[in-house]
Amino acid sequence: MFVSYKWLQEYVDLSGITPDELAEKITRSGIEVEGVEVLNEGLKGVVIGHVLEREQHPNADKLNKCLVDIGEENPVQIICGAPNVDKGQKVAVATVGAVLPGNFKIKKAKLRGEESNGMICSLSELGIEGKLIAKEFSEGIFVFPNDVTVGEDALEKLQRDDQILELGLTANRGDCLSMLGVAYEVGAILNREVKLPNPAVRTISEKATDYVQIKVEAKEDNPLYVAKVIKNVTVAPSPLWMQGRLMAAGIRPHNNVVDITNYILLEYGQPLHAFDYDRLGSKEILVRRAKDGEKIVTLDDAERTLTADHLVITNGSEPVALAGVMGGANSEVKADTTTVLLESAYFAGPTVRKASKDHGLRSEASSRFEKGVDPNRVRAAAERAVELLALYAGGEVLDGEAVVDTLNVEPVVISITLEKINRVLGTDISIEEVAGIFTRLQFETTVDNETITVTVPTRRGDITIEEDLIEEVARLYGYDNIPSTLPMGSSTPGYLTTYQQKRRTVRHYLEGAGLYQAVTYSLTSEAKATQYALETREPIKLAMPMSEDRSQLRLSIIPQLLEVVKYNVARQNDSVAVYETGPVFLSNGTDALPDEREHLAGAITGLREQHQWQGEKKEVDFFVLKGILEGLFAKLGLEQKVEYLQAVVEGMHPGRTAELFLAGQKIGFIGQVHPTVQKELDLKETYVFELSLETVFAEEVAPLQYESIPRFPSITRDIALVVEKEKVAGEIESIIVEAGGKLLKDVHVFDLYEGEHMEPGKKSIAFSLKYFDPEKTLTDEEVTKVHEKVLTAVKEKSGAVLRG
Amino acid sequence: MQERLKELQQEALEAIQKATDLKALNEIRVSYLGKKGPITEVLKGMGKLSAEERPKMGALANEVRDIISANIEEKQQGLEAAAVEAQLASETIDVTLPGRPIQTGNHHPLTRIVEEIEDLFIGMGYTVAEGPEVEQDYYNFEALNLPKSHPARDAQDSFYITDEVLLRTQTSPVQARTMEKHDGKGPVKIICPGKVYRRDSDDATHSHQFMQIEGLVVAENIRMSDLKGTLELFAKKLFGEDREIRLRPSFFPFTEPSVEVDVSCFKCGGHGCNICKQTGWIEVLGSGMVHPNVLEMSGFDSKKYSGFAFGMGVERIAMLKYGIDDIRHFYTNDVRFLKQFQVKE
Ligand SMILES: [Zn+2]
Repeated sequence: MFVSYKWLQEYVDLSGITPDELAEKITRSGIEVEGVEVLNEGLKGVVIGHVLEREQHPNADKLNKCLVDIGEENPVQIICGAPNVDKGQKVAVATVGAVLPGNFKIKKAKLRGEESNGMICSLSELGIEGKLIAKEFSEGIFVFPNDVTVGEDALEKLQRDDQILELGLTANRGDCLSMLGVAYEVGAILNREVKLPNPAVRTISEKATDYVQIKVEAKEDNPLYVAKVIKNVTVAPSPLWMQGRLMAAGIRPHNNVVDITNYILLEYGQPLHAFDYDRLGSKEILVRRAKDGEKIVTLDDAERTLTADHLVITNGSEPVALAGVMGGANSEVKADTTTVLLESAYFAGPTVRKASKDHGLRSEASSRFEKGVDPNRVRAAAERAVELLALYAGGEVLDGEAVVDTLNVEPVVISITLEKINRVLGTDISIEEVAGIFTRLQFETTVDNETITVTVPTRRGDITIEEDLIEEVARLYGYDNIPSTLPMGSSTPGYLTTYQQKRRTVRHYLEGAGLYQAVTYSLTSEAKATQYALETREPIKLAMPMSEDRSQLRLSIIPQLLEVVKYNVARQNDSVAVYETGPVFLSNGTDALPDEREHLAGAITGLREQHQWQGEKKEVDFFVLKGILEGLFAKLGLEQKVEYLQAVVEGMHPGRTAELFLAGQKIGFIGQVHPTVQKELDLKETYVFELSLETVFAEEVAPLQYESIPRFPSITRDIALVVEKEKVAGEIESIIVEAGGKLLKDVHVFDLYEGEHMEPGKKSIAFSLKYFDPEKTLTDEEVTKVHEKVLTAVKEKSGAVLRG
Repeated sequence: MQERLKELQQEALEAIQKATDLKALNEIRVSYLGKKGPITEVLKGMGKLSAEERPKMGALANEVRDIISANIEEKQQGLEAAAVEAQLASETIDVTLPGRPIQTGNHHPLTRIVEEIEDLFIGMGYTVAEGPEVEQDYYNFEALNLPKSHPARDAQDSFYITDEVLLRTQTSPVQARTMEKHDGKGPVKIICPGKVYRRDSDDATHSHQFMQIEGLVVAENIRMSDLKGTLELFAKKLFGEDREIRLRPSFFPFTEPSVEVDVSCFKCGGHGCNICKQTGWIEVLGSGMVHPNVLEMSGFDSKKYSGFAFGMGVERIAMLKYGIDDIRHFYTNDVRFLKQFQVKE
């Protein structure tokens, strides 16, 4: 809502308060003033001029040579390029020395050999937006009505000597979509009186009901419809001051009839519609839901197809307006209109909202109905409108109104105790102060001991419960005056759950291991949604996506991380290591919430280590990433329970991928991205993993127990084996561990050879075994006994041949 | 004989003086003090001396030996020290060369902000509550006093999956769910961080996915002054001890009264700059007293219980705090962006 400071003064005395001060006060009491615009900022020296002579410029087809009286001793010659300039017009002249927007200074000039002493201005040259300029002047200069005085300040005449407060209204404060509503608000803030318009209308003896009968079929959508009839109207431009106020409020002037309806919309917040009575073609207004497929051409010349959700005003058969949204072209007020039917109605918010949404038509009217108009202002607004129509359109107002009124307006009455107000706010306000605040708001109150009973005016439909009253008290008492305290009562322990702590541990560990945390989008394309999914279900699709790229919920994080890697590699960040924790979404069917599983995924490419001036470089490989995961599982106390099994996963390198099993349950996979995928994304070798974090965290971990530090030495024995190339180390290790029993404390591979000295199809693999007894020093014989057992088992179970 | 010994002593001391390495010194030791050395040679002629002179000459010879020996010892220490020094000098490295880099990553800036806020409130007795990102319309809107026809629903155009299921547009449904679980018994003190989604086109200031963090306290006798005190602590912790806050009345369907909270500008300290648009204040969060309808819908008796709630956009906080100019940076994950958030302030 754009609020004119000058106009507001008609209702509230603003003396002693500048527009900026007013803006600050309004903001601090609840309605954010988003800006204060000085309309004539950077403008000066523009006066009313009278074009005495006009002839074509001798040397230019498109220029006019004008002699203009600007109220000085002698008229001046001005060259003007506007197509509509003509002799006898009153126009805005930027005189020599004037300044126009953009610091454009007007100087004496010669145009094609002819002297020009100033400039005749269009409204856009005076800083008015093109869409606000009446159509007849949008392509040329503005022509003033003849009663203006030559030499007067043209900007003043156009109401540009004003400042506009732009209110950012929240959904509940529809009451301030009107000058009167703002006046009440400002009156309460400043504790000053509010003066309301008091329309005085002279009517003729003919009755409105002789001209029209109202029928409303859809009474819930339209509980109140008032029609007034005005005869012998002369359609003409509206008064300059009215046009100025409309433009300042963001509404384009049309003609006096339409402008008056818009003016009342701004003043009362009540949208009105003027029909050309003769073009309605009947003596009946019927308000009903539209028929499915019914059509109407609205004032913007668009043909709209309606459904039974939409409310229409009809002449008994044809729709003549889309109720509360826009009028129909068939009944539009035009230059030749003489009889006007003026509609002032209460349309239900949701109905208007639906129509406005379905047709993509948000009008000044619809936004007010949506937020709810004041039912008690419907008639008052109509009264004020016919007063202005009589004054400025020469109309004769018919007696009475045609009306359907099924609206039952019961004012809201709320009682509240002083104790409750102070208890909720933490304040110590007195009953007098509270009563004073409601008086300022012009809410009728009665005080009984410490209980205050408030009758809420219908203009404040947002106030329905005690808490709403508390807010009114608080905001006018001043939020600054509320003290600062902390909650009292029993204290509660604050903590992270074990799950949340583990998630933090995982993040810190991975970051310590060199990975950056990434955060990517949950929405992705159809193609990527199911790639690399640990578990596949029907993808979850948005009903109305904004683009195909963000149309489905992800089932895996890896595709998103590959995008991150690709983005970075394309920008010379050749080495990338990132991880992400976040949900993937598994559908449970329509209307059921999906399973959201928190996953952990990572991706690395490029160099793992780089020692630049010594020339060392280590590329990442499978075992770098596996080492990171092993460290992670060690951190989580699960390293003994995790197994890596060679696997084939779509999109992954078939020979370099393993699935991970935790206590026998599949929890994810790790490996190299398939070379064809790498090529598509323009990546070098890239390794990824994805785990179900929830499954990992759900695994029980034995409580931490101290194990005594060995007091006895351990004995190490190495074995080198020749096995089939396909035989995997993990399998041999399991055999060793099983056979080694309690005394075998540790076993690990320390050498692997698959070179030319080997028989084809074989490889050599060496393990280091550590034997240890916490109770005593092991003897050689004891170790040999166990070790022999191990060797036998390995030979028998893995077909290995002992080497050397 | 006596002269010969003195001569030898003199000769030896000169030789020691000239020796430049341990090898030469050892040769001097062997040649002067060895069994075949000149002193032994001289002493062989002692037989010719009288009985009185013999012990004197013996003593003199021992004295000469001791002197030579002591000098060799001294010289040897000197040479050894020099050798060590030379060795160390040859081992000198350029300490200004860079060290071996330890590659580490760090938190995403959004996580950094979230954890900072979580930790502050955990210290004040809150727990961290989480909830689903795909939500029922009921929890996302209706339980928060936003019935289907509510005009404020327009303001947050949502990603619906079906008529009843959508991507949550705020983290508030976690509040509704948590209250419901409490079965009408307080106190509830939670902080809820999480991703939310709105039907916005991505540009420098809008993102269809972003993060919010909200707080909720429901107990007996919770006052608006408690909200103010809590938020003051929060602002000082997150934006600096000198920060002040300013409350402005506002409107949210789930709170009444509702409050918009400004923090005094941390860039200019309140004098006015381009960050605060010359006002000295920066809007950082929305809050208010929990609407009685919300309490009742979640099973709390609004006559007995009251509460406050607050919420903020994490990206906005991060952008303000770190001077980030484009919200899309958070989701492109450019390593050059991410690595800037490793410093512990
Ligand atoms: Zn500032």
